Amino acid sequence: MGGVRVLVGTRKGAFVLTSDEKRAQWDISGPHFGGWEIYHLKGSPADPDRLYASQSGGWFGQLIQSSNDGGVTWEPVGNEFTYDGVPGTHLWYDGTPRPWEFKRVWHLEPSLSDPDTVYAGVEDAGLFRSTDGGQEWMELPGLRGHDSASAWQPGAGGLCLHTILLDPSDPARIFIAISAAGVFRSDDAGKTWRPMNRGLRSEGIPDPDAEVGHCVHRIAMHPSRPNVLFMQKHWDVMRSDDAGESWREISGNLPSDFGFPIEVHAHEPDTIYVVPIKSDYEHVPPDAKLRVYRSRVGGDEWEPLTNGLPQRDCYVNVLRDAMAVDSLDSCGVYFGTTGGQVYASADAGDSWTPIVRDLPAVLSVEVQTLP
Amino acid sequence: MIRVVLPAHLKNLAQVHGEVQLDVDGQATQGSVLDALEAAYPMLRGTIRDHVTKKRRPFVRFFACEQDLSNESPDMPLPDPVAAGTEPFLIVGAMAGG
Repeated sequence: MGGVRVLVGTRKGAFVLTSDEKRAQWDISGPHFGGWEIYHLKGSPADPDRLYASQSGGWFGQLIQSSNDGGVTWEPVGNEFTYDGVPGTHLWYDGTPRPWEFKRVWHLEPSLSDPDTVYAGVEDAGLFRSTDGGQEWMELPGLRGHDSASAWQPGAGGLCLHTILLDPSDPARIFIAISAAGVFRSDDAGKTWRPMNRGLRSEGIPDPDAEVGHCVHRIAMHPSRPNVLFMQKHWDVMRSDDAGESWREISGNLPSDFGFPIEVHAHEPDTIYVVPIKSDYEHVPPDAKLRVYRSRVGGDEWEPLTNGLPQRDCYVNVLRDAMAVDSLDSCGVYFGTTGGQVYASADAGDSWTPIVRDLPAVLSVEVQTLP
Repeated sequence: MIRVVLPAHLKNLAQVHGEVQLDVDGQATQGSVLDALEAAYPMLRGTIRDHVTKKRRPFVRFFACEQDLSNESPDMPLPDPVAAGTEPFLIVGAMAGG
């Protein structure tokens, strides 16, 4: 029987939510790794029962867990993330050089074709890859070796590599995004990288249209159209039609163009979703109303989606990795909040229901559509 | 035989209950006890001390015989009652938020 599996990472453990295709009744298992911060967990597209989870905490550092049964049981795998060579320095908040130091894994991106290959985006920003199911991790050093790297500075959440997009049409092409450096693209499977930030404009940096230094919060693509990218930047929602070579703003009529996640409908490449947040000072929804905004025309024109979402006294945030879609015929959309709710829509956002209301603060949401 | 008490999170990770008992080659020091612990429970590598530098993680403490040994040299012999197995070596998550 088909269905969906929603993988939720929280400040105090991981939860696995499952349902059949109706998405009306949910089974909730967890917490897995209770007490640990689970920044992200994600399943392999090549083997849906193979999951990877990033488990970390202030006391005991970083662990990676792997499951071969869809999250019922887990095994710790390798947790050694050592930068290649002499790490060098990036800029600290105060502008002084600071040696690269591994903090945690923000994002795990399993290969599209091999369950044993998985990428890890880490803080301080770097990209690692394992080809043996997570036992050993090797840095792809070309990214941190980019000429601009010594000038990268952390965003408020740290100097984190938080987004990894693998191009389904070209195994050699990878996009990554770093706060606060921006988007980079590799066309040779991660050996060399180019910044992809032309068209971005950020008032918070000395040169607003600099090649590098933008606080990109999230990028997204539809697998059928990998040259089109959508971006939620610190401020501004952006679009690229040339694989990141240039960007244009599509914020249009959004009530605020600050926010964190951005997602694309599973079957409509020009239907996109964002969750506007009031400002970088106030990480809460505008007017205390939790609204997902949907554009059906690839940006600029947005409609609020409110049915089933709190429309008063709401002061939660939705973090950058905490939104995902399923690929059932009627596309499901999911997001989690810092208030511990996971909301689901089985009708592409027209109506919403909380699957669960009182989890720890949600850090990430991923969805698997099961055969 | 050295007795080691792990914090709850690491007991769960190592799937142990109660104390861990270790045979340590040579003199019992922080370093040799942690080497033996990580050899017996490889999943603990990196959680107590850094993989490469072997430096204690900042929010991990080492106690024994009512003393804080956290800042002692990893090569310093542990107290005799720990080496004799009459007192445990305690690995503790510091009281520092969470």
